[in-house]
Amino acid sequence: MKVADPTGSETPEGGGPVTRQPGRVAGWRVGVLASPAAPVFAALVAVFLIAWLVVELRGGTFLTVPNIVNMLQRSVALGIVSAGQTVVILLGSLDLSVAQLISLTSLIGSTTMDGSSANVVPAVGLVLAVGAGVGLANGLIITKLRVNAFIATLGMALILKGLIDNQWDGPAGRVPDSFESLGYTRFGVIPVSVFLLIAVVLAIYLMLRYTRFGYRIYAVGGDEDVSKLSGLRTHRTIIAAHVVCSLTAAITGLFLASRLGSGTPTVGPDGGYDLESIAAVVLGGTALMGGRGGVLGTLGGVFILAVLDNTFNQLEVNSFLKDVVRGVIIIAAVAVYARRQGVRP
Amino acid sequence: MSDAGVPLLEMRGISKSFVGVEVLHGVDIDLRAGEIHAIVGENGAGKSTLMKILAGVHDPTEGTILIDGEEKTFHHPAAAQHAGVGIIYQEFNLLPDRNVAENVFVGREPVKRGIVDRRAMERRTEELLEEVGETSFGPRTPVRRLSVAQQQVVEIVKARSLDARILVLDEPTAALADHEVELLFSLVRRLQEQGIGMLYISHRLREVFALADRITVLKDGGLVKTLGTSETDPGGLVNLMVGRELDGYFPERGEPGDLGDVRLAVKDVSTPLLRNVSLQVRAGEIVGLAGLQGSGRTELARAIFGADPLTGGSIEIDGKKRRLRTPRAAIRAGLGFITEDRKLEGLALAQSIADNMLLAVRTVIPGARRRRAKGLMSVKELAAVTQLRARGPEQEVRFLSGGNQQKVVLAKWLETKPQVLIFDEPTRGIDVGAKAGIHDLIRKLAREGVAVLMISSELPELIGMSDRILVMREGAIAGELPAGAGEPEIMHLATLDEQAAA
Repeated sequence: MKVADPTGSETPEGGGPVTRQPGRVAGWRVGVLASPAAPVFAALVAVFLIAWLVVELRGGTFLTVPNIVNMLQRSVALGIVSAGQTVVILLGSLDLSVAQLISLTSLIGSTTMDGSSANVVPAVGLVLAVGAGVGLANGLIITKLRVNAFIATLGMALILKGLIDNQWDGPAGRVPDSFESLGYTRFGVIPVSVFLLIAVVLAIYLMLRYTRFGYRIYAVGGDEDVSKLSGLRTHRTIIAAHVVCSLTAAITGLFLASRLGSGTPTVGPDGGYDLESIAAVVLGGTALMGGRGGVLGTLGGVFILAVLDNTFNQLEVNSFLKDVVRGVIIIAAVAVYARRQGVRP
Repeated sequence: MSDAGVPLLEMRGISKSFVGVEVLHGVDIDLRAGEIHAIVGENGAGKSTLMKILAGVHDPTEGTILIDGEEKTFHHPAAAQHAGVGIIYQEFNLLPDRNVAENVFVGREPVKRGIVDRRAMERRTEELLEEVGETSFGPRTPVRRLSVAQQQVVEIVKARSLDARILVLDEPTAALADHEVELLFSLVRRLQEQGIGMLYISHRLREVFALADRITVLKDGGLVKTLGTSETDPGGLVNLMVGRELDGYFPERGEPGDLGDVRLAVKDVSTPLLRNVSLQVRAGEIVGLAGLQGSGRTELARAIFGADPLTGGSIEIDGKKRRLRTPRAAIRAGLGFITEDRKLEGLALAQSIADNMLLAVRTVIPGARRRRAKGLMSVKELAAVTQLRARGPEQEVRFLSGGNQQKVVLAKWLETKPQVLIFDEPTRGIDVGAKAGIHDLIRKLAREGVAVLMISSELPELIGMSDRILVMREGAIAGELPAGAGEPEIMHLATLDEQAAA
């Protein structure tokens, strides 16, 4: 490499100091290639093709409209909560309380509605308020009490679990038919719930990419001290991000209540939404330490998990092996991202 | 501009205690519009703490801050920024994963109808970059890909974008090559003409005398004196800073007879960034390695140390060919590497002094051998040899000043009994008094038979310390100079065809 003017043809992953910017078009190209979502969707396509091949060879049906729709529909709950989880992980935090919050909000939603359409609006409002409150509490515990996010949200999960177990010992409440239709109605072949997923992901995508709040999340996740010394009010950003994450959990809780017809104390933990959402985020290329990644990658990660699930179900693989394979894939994905990042930043 | 009566900034009777220990004792300082006011003092003199109080990072225990005669209290850096205080920290304060424009406007992104106005942000950054004459990178370049000097430019641009009226520059030239320093100076003078008041913290007295209107000396957390630049000279200033005469800035060089056999021989070493580098260092010899940022000095050190793989060539230690694929192998072969960035690569900041000192020896030499090894020093002895000033072996390293941190790094390597030591910018960001101590220590090690390879961007240090100087350019050795070579000769070799390349 030359001293004064090294080559202008640096590859995006190339180390060493940069010199001349090759121009806007190249800059765009670098942006797309360097985007963490690109390899995730490449991986998704690969997983999809392999699954297709394997399932068809074994006499199953894979590439049919019902099967694809089925996979999409099964991605909705995990997709929504993972989108929220992406926000806090980008920030360098995480949220282990989402699974219990999903249970709690499903119960609050269904018992408040209590089978009456007139109660839907107040119930949704109440559930979102509870979600925002839990997120606010998480954020305050992390920033003001300076408790590590892992411990803070683990503690919050236990608190919520205690509240749920104290109040309910089984499914409770009933959602009205009008609300239940959210889980089953289709628009053409596409279930309405898929639009809900798209709406949440799109909202978070736009928020991360175009608003100040989004820029600040990346900044705080990149380096909290640097952000603070640059005059950024980091506590506000952390608290707001946790509110967003908990809101997505509350929406997931409502969605599951509509799908099941009533709220259930174990719907969150049974779905494994806490660790599964973190797995989807990481599989989607977002750095667990924060500052790098995005929600589109997470969506790819959710779909990869859905395709695997579908494949394993069709092949009737035993569930232990299923978990082993998923574990291997998650570890392999993170190892690949680490390699892409290069040894010397 | 404010009228003559009211200074732009006044800090009155500032005291600060951390957990009951007072580190600043009633310091007064003032700054007028368009003035460059230098603050000098040894590490631990309280300069950084004073600046962090001005920046709103710490609250003062006592004292007041007045801006334009109006009392201000900052509980958060954002409040200080809002009041017109911009700070360029010594430790780089950028987000590597974000691009230049995003870093310049972090937390203050321009918005249009709730949406971040990327175009405006990039346009403004581009303008600011052009203003400072920086064309080698643009607003969209990721900071990760910038060199240290380029990052410094981003820092300055970031402070400029704040329209700060009070600008604090904390060791702004520590990482810059000489021609970049000139660029910074012209920028600083331009800001001065615009009426911006600047507090300029530096260990390089030449810069202080070139720029400052007034100089304030701090020592041990107290104010020694504020004086006009014309009232003093570098010698007098050093006396005020250390409270003693500093004679013989550099230790005496070795005699030709002191030199032993070749300990380190590098033969035709190549990596993606190095081209056929060959050199030899003898026992007892200090070989200086000069060159511009990016000329391959650090890359060479990393290659020798086994941190980066070689694509060709070989390395011999004490005449034996060694394949050093990892730093661990290199340490076992008798090498030590004092890295440029002690916080990132040299120290475990949250661990104790003792743990840091024993880190290398514990990990590389198995327990049984360590116990049998003769002459292994205790932590106490290491602290004495390096003249470490600390509260005790259990103190966490992050609470030490830069000079004392560097002594811990040195102690870590001394404990492994190295035959070859590579120093990369051994005194970067370290004050005059501690510098002399580290120079003495390096020479003492050489006298004891260690072969020393020393990288430094500070030419006086390189010239003062080296028995021989190698100059690198574009990943290769551009030439060799004897002891006592002049700065012009070194710069000539280092930059020879810079213009042709540009």
